[in-house]
Amino acid sequence: MRDRITAFLVLLPSLAAVAIFVYGFIGQNLWVSLTDWGKNPAQALALRPELHFVGLENYRELFTGFVDVRFRQSVVNLIFFTLFFMAGSLGLGLLLAMALDRGPKGEGFFRTVFLFPMALSFVVTGTIWRWLLQPQGGVNVLPTLFGLPPFSFPWLTTRQQVLVFDWNQLPFYTALAVGLTLLYVAWKAHREGERKRLFWSLFSSGVLLVWALTLGRTTHLLPYPELHGFSLALVGVILAAVWQMSGYTMALYLAGLRGIPVEVLEAAKVDGASEWQIYRYVILPLLAPITLSAMIVLGHIALKIFDLIFAMAGLDYAPTDVPAIYMYLLAFRGNQFAKGAAIGILLLLLVAAVVIPYLASQLKKEVRR
Amino acid sequence: MGRFFLYAFLLLATLFFLLPVYLVILTALKEPAKITLDTVWHWPDPLYWESFNIAWNAFRPKFQNSVVLALSATMLSALIGALNGYVLAKWPFRGSNLLFALMLFGMFIPYQSILIPLFQFVKAIGLYGTLWGLILVHVVYGIPIVTLIFKNYYSEIPDELVEAARIDGAGFFGIFRHVILPLSAPAFVVVAIWQFTQIWNEFLFAVTLTRPESQPITVALAQLAGGEAVKWNLPMAGAILAALPTLLVYIFLGRYFLRGLLAGSVKG
Repeated sequence: MRDRITAFLVLLPSLAAVAIFVYGFIGQNLWVSLTDWGKNPAQALALRPELHFVGLENYRELFTGFVDVRFRQSVVNLIFFTLFFMAGSLGLGLLLAMALDRGPKGEGFFRTVFLFPMALSFVVTGTIWRWLLQPQGGVNVLPTLFGLPPFSFPWLTTRQQVLVFDWNQLPFYTALAVGLTLLYVAWKAHREGERKRLFWSLFSSGVLLVWALTLGRTTHLLPYPELHGFSLALVGVILAAVWQMSGYTMALYLAGLRGIPVEVLEAAKVDGASEWQIYRYVILPLLAPITLSAMIVLGHIALKIFDLIFAMAGLDYAPTDVPAIYMYLLAFRGNQFAKGAAIGILLLLLVAAVVIPYLASQLKKEVRR
Repeated sequence: MGRFFLYAFLLLATLFFLLPVYLVILTALKEPAKITLDTVWHWPDPLYWESFNIAWNAFRPKFQNSVVLALSATMLSALIGALNGYVLAKWPFRGSNLLFALMLFGMFIPYQSILIPLFQFVKAIGLYGTLWGLILVHVVYGIPIVTLIFKNYYSEIPDELVEAARIDGAGFFGIFRHVILPLSAPAFVVVAIWQFTQIWNEFLFAVTLTRPESQPITVALAQLAGGEAVKWNLPMAGAILAALPTLLVYIFLGRYFLRGLLAGSVKG
């Protein structure tokens, strides 16, 4: 009994630390995000600032206010960055793993080479790629080594955008995207014969799609159009991020490929499947769980990305802004703590939306086992 | 034919991963005046070692900060993790699993969501701008992952061993000291590598909570490279310095590094 008390006492400091530093601080941050801290410059840096409750005003301003157009750009940047970074890391990682799985000579060497950027910090990676992507820098000069004319793309300093859309249409696009995803869920439920899931996903998908196609187009967040798109300055950042993280996905996929029982592949071969068909119908479906966990990890990294962009483009460059950068800029350079706190809460919600369903499903699996 | 494409692809991928390294090394070894447009990729002749000298002198205090920070925070969190993992794996009490789950949540939060209260807190207790503040923060936010790694490891140790020691009259700490600790080396290695790499490479806390005299090397490097009109030989030499410790860990302890990576892959 005494030992049990000792055990609890040993754990207690950690529990207290986590309770304060995680839960307490999240609570405090939430409270700050509902106040006007930073609105009055005289109060911003006061030792005991006077805070007034303003409700969701900070959040409203971020999404629809006139001054925070840069936040909206940063959200759009984050969406595109996350998509292309995940696609790039997963794609390259899978290709590398498939190549190494065929047992080339010097496999250990290749593995070491593909994985070493993981050991670097994003700051080092960012510094290196910042130099490579200078307008007069390494990548643009590369073709001249083969007697070709140099590239002239300004990479990180370009202000060009593609896939431009009106921020006002965000509710419409969101409803459309969620509706179509739910439609896909319904289709899967139909195939698996789960009637209840089929009904509910079909129902909510229908509501969303009908709303999007009728009222959605005319719901406006702002009284004027505001255009945002995929900033091409992010291409360089994505390149650097993929360089750093694709070794990680390679390691995951390689472990997965090595884990597929030989008998399964033999059986497929005996059944007369071509190599392409084996990949399409046997190997890739078996790798799906790995893809999912890799997506969670990469998505989690992408949503918080800060140091890479800080090192590559700096804080003040709007075309490569993301919410984590804008949060830092607002709170620690502009002393607008309340709005910074609001962005922190939004990031927490985003990450939670990605991580909690995943953790819940993992937990369920473990219980079943 | 298939083999040809396989090796061509691998060669191309190797170039993608290694060319940046080649450029970093040769830029660091080039005389600043010779870093020009048309010779970016040319190997320097003669080699110019002065940049390393200058970078080392400029970075030495920050490098030392990083060493002190990473080593002390790693040791502290390994110790805490071992004790926590021991309690959770071998002395579970009612609700301990729930508490563990609540603890793990701390791994996944984006630190932006606690940064402002943390900044206020560190300021209030007088540790803002010191290395101690940063050590404290890294130890605290490391608790979930180190506890997870040790708990998983200790769960594999048979309960009978603990039971036998208890019948022999050993208490809580006696069992830890004589039964658990001697078996713990692999877990300590994984945790040490994971925490050292993470803390050495960390940037957000470092840039928010330090003053110039307590900056670790990542912050110093980002500020050097981010300045206007930089001479690129210096940031490149600095990048090599900043990368070296974790690269050495990767090269010499690669197997454990990968294990830590996969153990921490739930964290990301």
